[in-house]
Amino acid sequence: MEQTTIKNTILSYETDADGIGRITIHMTEQPTNLFSLEFIEAYVEAARQALRDDQVKGVIVTSAHRDFMAGADLKFIGNPPEDRKELFDGLLRMHREMREIEKAGKPFVAAINGNALGGGYELALTCHHRIALRKEGLKIGLPETQLGLFPGGGGTQRLPYLIGIQNALMIILQGQTPRVEKALSQGLVDALVDTEEELLASAKKWILDNPNPVQPWDNRKHRIPGGGVMTPGGAQTIMGAIGNLRKKTHGNYPGATMGLAAIHDGLQLPIDRGLEVEARYFIKAFYSPEAQNLIRTGFFAINEARKGKAKPKGFDTYRVNKLGILGAGMMGAGIAYVSAKVGMEVVLKDVSQEQAEKGKAYSHNLLQKKVSRGYMSEEERDTFLDRIHPTTSVEDLRGCDLIIEAVFENPELKANVTQEAEAMLEDDKIFASNTSTLPITILAKASEHPNQFIGIHFFSPVDKMPLVEIIVGKETDDRTIAAAVDYVTQIKKVPIVVNDSQGFFTSRVFGTYTGEGALLLSEGVPATVIEHVAKRVGMPVGPLAVTDEVSLTLALHVMDNMREMPDHTKRIYDLYQKLVQQGREGKKARKGFYEYPEGEKKHLWTGLNDLFPSDPDTLDADTVGKRLLHIMALESYRCLEEGVLRNTTDGDIGSLMGFGFPPYTGGVFSYIDYVGPATFVAECDEYTRRFGPRFGVPDSLRQRAESNQLFYPKKPVA
Amino acid sequence: MEAYIYDAVRTVRGKGNNKGALAGMTPTHLAVTLLDELRQRHDLDTTQVEDLIMGCVTQIMDQGANIAKTAAQHSGYGNHLCGVTLNRFCGSGLEAINQAAAYVKAGFKDLVLAGGVESMSRVKMGSDGGAMAMDPMVAMPGHFVPQGISADLIASKYGFSREDCDAFAAESQRRAAAAQEAGYFDKSRIPVKDINGFTVLDHDENIRPSTTTEVLAGLDPSFAMMGQMGGFDAVAIDRYPEVATVEHIHHPGNSSAIVDGAALAMVGSKQAGERQGLKPRARIRSVAVYGTEPTIMLVGPAPASRIALDKAGMTKDDIDLYEVNEAFAVVPLRFMQDLGVPHDKVNVNGGAIAMGHPLGATGCMLFGTLLDELERRDLSTGLVTLCIGGGMGIATIIERV
Repeated sequence: MEQTTIKNTILSYETDADGIGRITIHMTEQPTNLFSLEFIEAYVEAARQALRDDQVKGVIVTSAHRDFMAGADLKFIGNPPEDRKELFDGLLRMHREMREIEKAGKPFVAAINGNALGGGYELALTCHHRIALRKEGLKIGLPETQLGLFPGGGGTQRLPYLIGIQNALMIILQGQTPRVEKALSQGLVDALVDTEEELLASAKKWILDNPNPVQPWDNRKHRIPGGGVMTPGGAQTIMGAIGNLRKKTHGNYPGATMGLAAIHDGLQLPIDRGLEVEARYFIKAFYSPEAQNLIRTGFFAINEARKGKAKPKGFDTYRVNKLGILGAGMMGAGIAYVSAKVGMEVVLKDVSQEQAEKGKAYSHNLLQKKVSRGYMSEEERDTFLDRIHPTTSVEDLRGCDLIIEAVFENPELKANVTQEAEAMLEDDKIFASNTSTLPITILAKASEHPNQFIGIHFFSPVDKMPLVEIIVGKETDDRTIAAAVDYVTQIKKVPIVVNDSQGFFTSRVFGTYTGEGALLLSEGVPATVIEHVAKRVGMPVGPLAVTDEVSLTLALHVMDNMREMPDHTKRIYDLYQKLVQQGREGKKARKGFYEYPEGEKKHLWTGLNDLFPSDPDTLDADTVGKRLLHIMALESYRCLEEGVLRNTTDGDIGSLMGFGFPPYTGGVFSYIDYVGPATFVAECDEYTRRFGPRFGVPDSLRQRAESNQLFYPKKPVA
Repeated sequence: MEAYIYDAVRTVRGKGNNKGALAGMTPTHLAVTLLDELRQRHDLDTTQVEDLIMGCVTQIMDQGANIAKTAAQHSGYGNHLCGVTLNRFCGSGLEAINQAAAYVKAGFKDLVLAGGVESMSRVKMGSDGGAMAMDPMVAMPGHFVPQGISADLIASKYGFSREDCDAFAAESQRRAAAAQEAGYFDKSRIPVKDINGFTVLDHDENIRPSTTTEVLAGLDPSFAMMGQMGGFDAVAIDRYPEVATVEHIHHPGNSSAIVDGAALAMVGSKQAGERQGLKPRARIRSVAVYGTEPTIMLVGPAPASRIALDKAGMTKDDIDLYEVNEAFAVVPLRFMQDLGVPHDKVNVNGGAIAMGHPLGATGCMLFGTLLDELERRDLSTGLVTLCIGGGMGIATIIERV
């Protein structure tokens, strides 16, 4: 006899004739099950009812959603209560209640039917046994450090008891969310089953077989696998973890450090006191600016952008069923791949059939890797490839919903292919250029319909880089913008929309980074310092290494086209020229700022110091780091002021995803808030005096700083 | 008031592992060996000895619970004798002397025994844990790296090569072997006997006269794996971005040997010496400690020495002989480079690379070696200095009287 005793918007609780209780989480007011203090309240109520009921032998915890529980409710995390103590007390209450449940002597089994992530997995850890469904894509783990946090629902204190400190650190510090098979082998779950029915049946069996379970952390005979913190193994593990954490984060992500500290301090104590230690660190991490930056930009802003937030209002969805691409080079081939991937028919046109086929082969190579690894069948590969039609015939472009030209960066060539291809488009279809340097407004002059002409700037390699910069020409209309945004969301990439200008947003701002690197070198700062400090402040690649990638000759070529060069640009130009004169043109030439010996890691060219005499005492490392980031933030602000950027969020997203601006800062504008507007302006003023007028602060930014106006004001408490 | 040195003795040093000769001798036994020696040698009225200050770094297990008081109690000097154990890492043995000297100079105590002990075979280095290395909230902002990484970092930053370090190490072995052969250590180096009076060890077990740079060149670097796998090279470079890569050049042959041993000095006022019928051998001119950036950690000897020289109103050229602890070959190399001191004034009878570095005792051992050598050469002034974990340096200047 089944009996439902609780049913609300969060979960239901029912019992069956065999005395098995079942808590089924099914949040009806959320897209999926999310961990929150409200959830805990509902869960505890249901659990307590089960504990009170003598007929109930144990409880299965499962979900009616696709996810078991997808993690914490980030709406709450993104808007934390002002009173930290209140949240801390709430956490401690949660721990007390969950402890009561796990110590009560009735078995609780997590029947994990979908993703169990973050708080969802920590809920499963409070259960005595974890059985998961063998399901494609089902993931289990603790990804919190990716948001600048760490598991604050008991994960740091419970997981090491199951899998040892070293393995727990891998999961927690790297934010790992392994697939279900791996989760089993790592010990995150105890068993796997193949069907939902088996899931419930095996959970039920475990309850009946294990009437009075004791958690490992409550079992005095249980030892942490591999030893506790204060064992030789534990000590070595923790020391190595600290070293490697700095290697990975350079100390820029305090949340991860605090997660490690929670393990170090807390695991030496009985679990109840350990949970308290964890809660203290969690509150500190939770309110850290780094975590709030990561949550605001790295999570919310990017997710909203991915859904097409940049799309102008009032336009129906523009669906691209057939896409034309002009030029089957590296970019065109990549665009073909990502578009065919979501089911679009792709016409890949080049001047020779051989070139066009080569572009298609790019997709074949990518897919072949999946086939050989068993992620894709040969049939699926062939169906995918059948959607890409290499051709030399312009006629094949008829019926396209969108044409993107990706030919060489030559205005005349682009004008020719635009006119030729545009003639094949129906009147209401749009045409895009994937230029990374040429002004859209000028390219649009070749078009019959400049209002339907737009820039869609992909980043290389297209299949890996999620950002797409949509560039609005002077004549481009809102409907065209809307269509471009729809296309980008259709291929599951993240669009930002910027107005036309030299270098658009990303290239223009990133140029100041590489430029500043060259200027530092010209001032006598050693190249090793520049490259190491760039990474220390969180950039993925040093400015000199990037310049090598771009090639110094190309950089010189771009500068040659400038009408007039400011002083500092002239210095950069001279520096590049000195290197090029020595045959050091960049990575392609295997000689640039770096040497690229065959089969070895690249290293800075030892001759640099002769060409540009340097001394580590020229400038302190902190100033080097600040100059590299400040100059990008400042240039971004200029983009905003000039209307190149339409809002600060696009700038933040574009900087994070387009050129690797450090995620802990939240992006170029969040960075100014993070540094503090007054400090930022004062430092830029100092740099203007010391290093030149490129650090000049626009008046409007100075005014903002004077009134301490933030780009992202702290939200008032709801 | 002056603080005089009446004597300084040390045990022989045994290899600090399970095969080492002294592994069966407890640290209490090593310390008491020297307390017995001083009592017998000087027919000491032990009631006049007011305190025993001992350095010891790894203060757990055999060395836990105040090894100095443990030794004092076991020595038979009398219940009046107190003991205090201190930890200034590798500077502990010298710190003990400096503290004793400070008590005497202040007039608070008249006669104090000070030194140190470390049985590295019985109590493993680092086995006492510690927040500096292990607490993430301390170690992460502190850019903690193990000392071997610091030593390699110094070499990388200041341009010392593997060949430089190996050459220094071979010379240390040569000097130590020659000094041992010539009997320069005999006066103050005490053999260790067991409970039956059987001699367990009567020489410094680690000296290898056969060491050559060719032999050393064949050894694998010790800290490369740690630097890579532990992430510590990256930590060092985060702090020292001007260093392109941390070159791992230190190995067991050019680093101090891990050994067991103890050392003890007698520090007192003029009157205390007179009462005991003892002749002072030297006086303490000045002492200093100085903290440096903790990641590079081991560059403290030169700045600490400068302070000690300043306080004594002396310059580096006023010093006849230097003892600089050879924790790693690069430490004395960097000291000589930084202060501008020639190698023929430094560690003239070898050092810890040859004879070993029993952490808590070494400072007192170097002190005694210096005093003996000043007397043998009939020179006047000497400076002892050691690099210390956490980025400290310690220095003491003595002058024969």
